[in-house]
Amino acid sequence: MVIAVSKTQKAKTSRLSPEQLLAYRDQFKCNFKAVDNVFEDCMEEAVYRLSEQGISDYLEGASRVTMIGRGLEPILTYLEEMPQVAHDLGEETLNMVAEAVWALSRTANGKSIPAFVQTIGIASRRLGCKESLGQYISLVMQMMARTASSVYGWKQTSYPSPGAISMLEQMPYLLQQLSLIGLKNWIEYGITNYHNHPERQKDYFSLQSADARAVLQRERHGTLFMDHERQLNLYLQALWFEEEIPLLVPYSEAFDQLRKPHPYYDQLGFRIPDVYGDLNGVSGINRYRMVLAHMAGHRRWSHQLIADNYSPFQRMAVEHFEDCRIDYLIMKNYPGLESTIKALHPQPDEWACNPEEESCIRHRLTMISYAMLFPDHDYENSDVIDFAQRFYAAMADGQSTTNEMASLGLSFVARTRKQSDQYSSVHFKDTEVFYRDDNRHLWQFIEEGDEEEMWDKRVHKEEEEVQGLPPRHYPEWDYNSNNYRPDWVSLYESLHPSGQASKIDQLLSKHDALAKRLKRLLEMLKPQQFVRVRYQEEGSELDLDVAIRSLIDFKSGAQPDPRINMSHQHDGRNIAVMLLLDLSASLNEKAAGSNQTILELSQEAVALTAWAVEQLGDEFAIAGFCSNSRHEVRYQHIKGFSEHWDDNVKGRLAAMEAGYSTRMGAAMRHAAHYLEARKADKKLLLVLTDGEPADIDVTDDKLLIHDSHKAVQELDQKGIYSHCINLDPKADEYVQDIFGQQYTVIDKLERLPEKLPQLFMALTK
Amino acid sequence: MSQVDINQYLIKEKPFYQIQAREVELYAAAYNNRLPVMVKGPTGCGKSRFVEYMAWKLGKPLITVACNEDMTASDLVGRYLLDANGTHWQDGPLTTAARLGAICYLDEIVEARQDTTVVIHPLTDHRRALPLDKKGELIKAHPDFQLVISYNPGYQSLMKDLKQSTKQRFVGFDFDYADAALETDILHQETGLDTAVAEKLVQIGIKARNLKGHGLDEGVSTRLLVYAATLIQDGVDAKDACRMALVRPITDDVDIRATLDHMIDAIFA
Repeated sequence: MVIAVSKTQKAKTSRLSPEQLLAYRDQFKCNFKAVDNVFEDCMEEAVYRLSEQGISDYLEGASRVTMIGRGLEPILTYLEEMPQVAHDLGEETLNMVAEAVWALSRTANGKSIPAFVQTIGIASRRLGCKESLGQYISLVMQMMARTASSVYGWKQTSYPSPGAISMLEQMPYLLQQLSLIGLKNWIEYGITNYHNHPERQKDYFSLQSADARAVLQRERHGTLFMDHERQLNLYLQALWFEEEIPLLVPYSEAFDQLRKPHPYYDQLGFRIPDVYGDLNGVSGINRYRMVLAHMAGHRRWSHQLIADNYSPFQRMAVEHFEDCRIDYLIMKNYPGLESTIKALHPQPDEWACNPEEESCIRHRLTMISYAMLFPDHDYENSDVIDFAQRFYAAMADGQSTTNEMASLGLSFVARTRKQSDQYSSVHFKDTEVFYRDDNRHLWQFIEEGDEEEMWDKRVHKEEEEVQGLPPRHYPEWDYNSNNYRPDWVSLYESLHPSGQASKIDQLLSKHDALAKRLKRLLEMLKPQQFVRVRYQEEGSELDLDVAIRSLIDFKSGAQPDPRINMSHQHDGRNIAVMLLLDLSASLNEKAAGSNQTILELSQEAVALTAWAVEQLGDEFAIAGFCSNSRHEVRYQHIKGFSEHWDDNVKGRLAAMEAGYSTRMGAAMRHAAHYLEARKADKKLLLVLTDGEPADIDVTDDKLLIHDSHKAVQELDQKGIYSHCINLDPKADEYVQDIFGQQYTVIDKLERLPEKLPQLFMALTK
Repeated sequence: MSQVDINQYLIKEKPFYQIQAREVELYAAAYNNRLPVMVKGPTGCGKSRFVEYMAWKLGKPLITVACNEDMTASDLVGRYLLDANGTHWQDGPLTTAARLGAICYLDEIVEARQDTTVVIHPLTDHRRALPLDKKGELIKAHPDFQLVISYNPGYQSLMKDLKQSTKQRFVGFDFDYADAALETDILHQETGLDTAVAEKLVQIGIKARNLKGHGLDEGVSTRLLVYAATLIQDGVDAKDACRMALVRPITDDVDIRATLDHMIDAIFA
């Protein structure tokens, strides 16, 4: 495309003499015949844009790109793009790009050079300064270096980065959506998570996979709806709705390329984009507010018209006039919004559209719309002026009506109709008013279509009923990128299968002596029914200590303290406890120095604790968890807060089985969401585990440890105290990293049944 | 015990009060029969101003007690104090009012603890007497004495409600923010602000009250609107005055603050 443009320019002004051109061609060492076709045009542009030094750098750079031997493609791109880039961002970029290409050709990633050079142009336009371009280049180079792999053997074999080319192909889009820092995070995420999975890596970098999109969404710049939902709700509540406010539903503009969605509203709520960037000096949040104001205005002042009576053009005109009425009323109510509307409403150039060649209908309507809103317009078209006057006249006596606007719109279309309106090429430039919705609420369709009869009415498929609880998704903390992986873990909650309740009773009777000792401890812990409240001026009893002190003060001439009474108050424990059991496969091992498995010991311990807590009357729940990769974390309900320590619960506990791995973070987050809903003063999450968090799809030992630590921190923020009871002799190596000081390691496993309830009581004393 | 100068409690100048409905006649009727009165309503809507106005109109002294959590019954009734010769009895405000025949106004009564509020019971029924058990005296209330309490049913928690036995001793007046036209008039009369700006202030007030319950405990009160009007009258830029008087004091919530700020920009073009 650049070639075509420069060719036409050449016809007008030829700046280069043939000798000069020949001299330049000599400096440029390249034997491709095809280069000669464009060389002259490119040199002209270079001479026009670059300094003497720049030209020689340019030719030298082009020669280097030729030398790497990657064919014609990168050379042509370099020749065509670089003069503009060097002119915009500085001539240092010439060397920078040539060197990057050279360096790339020395690695296994040579194949991606054409794609890489291709992105330089768009990158320079989006990033806008040479430092950023430099950062961009090194970012891409790093990505390629880190994802390329090599196998050392008798001869070193290198494999190129699997995702690089896909990523470079997506680059124009990525750069449009992300800032440089966002791009860096997005790339970083791909590298860390799909480093040793070439196919997935490719999917990620070509934006095919779900999490590529999710991370992209998170890193997009602009005002995210999610971050401002409450503010927008408050805005509607305060300024527009005295009673019920509509639901705000965001949609994404990112992935609908074919047809760009518009804001709209229907019975279900207001649909608005999930992100708004700043536009014409109006901040994202104010754009949101404007969209909402416009829709709320429609809801307040518009009423429905029957669509079947109008042609599409007539409908369009009516919509424009009605939109203007709404905007006019908004400005009348909130004069401060006028500047926002003015900034967001396009002001089309009166002469921009040629009615001989294209359809001007949108252009005309946007002009009249602008003219109606802003009387200081400078349009000369007599129809525009006339209709703007008629609009002012209509609005002069108050709110006017949708019907009045409809008749204005119809006569405007009739007056200004042109043959060319039917053309397929429509003039679109400057005709989109971004804060307006698509006005579907304005129309009522009586017939579904123009057909006489409708044979096949749409049949609604019955939706399948969901079996069991749907999975819940939890994020996972990735310490490498210091960020959450959105919705990374799927957790399935189910009721634990039941077994023989009598088994637990047997276990308990085995620990009869222990139970007796515990009972004595429990008595001491039991809620004290009365607490003394001292220092009361009025109270139920005289507090002798204070009374005597007061009397002494009085006798010695000092001001006595009149608060010499005391009273009594009820006091109860108000604590909710969740016991989370690690049910991973390692529980099946025999405990050292005992002939019982860890699982059996845990059963006993949990049974005793549950019994003890039941005596105390605290809120208590038990759940088990195990995991089989991030796609399947199983969370098994054993005892709920509202259930009593009865045979159902005992049965579930008796049937406890161990298997799979330990993905602790997700289970803790899930347990926390139950605890969070309790209304207790103190909330405690006890995690009983026999080893460090691990899972089959995680190769990095540290990852799940850091994630669990993050989960502990999250719980802390929610006011939930977490405590770990660890049965692993080697626990000291990691347990502090997860739980800080909030852990107990039990060395003698056979004493677990005794320790656990005691620990519980100590913690809650 | 009549060393207290009752004249200091008389209201000398006529307070500005915008009559909203028939509350003045109704209050006068209640006073004629010496019925205890309760005035309810959101903060800053003119409860205290109304009581003050009525005291002026009836020409009676007004003793105001601001109630708080640490207040005890002796703070109302009185207590023995020590002096060089031993002890002497000091009347509390309620006792003073009952002796001398003033209107005793207990502001924000629910802030006081429930055991404190009970001391008003004997004064508020047919007995019209106040027993001082510590002193061993029974005070017969002066014929002019009347008890008025105010409370704001909105923001107080469940714990802070009046007992039924207390509630059922009063006749009640419900106050609310005046409607837009009246409120504009109030701003204009209190501060001399011109009506066009006052209308906008009132509009902000009404819109902000829409947020009550969505993160705002109380809407923007008439009192705050008066503050804003005073600032504007003093030459402060209208938007600054509104932020300072209407937004900053009532919320620490970032989202609400942003919404209110935007609203001020939208209304004051």
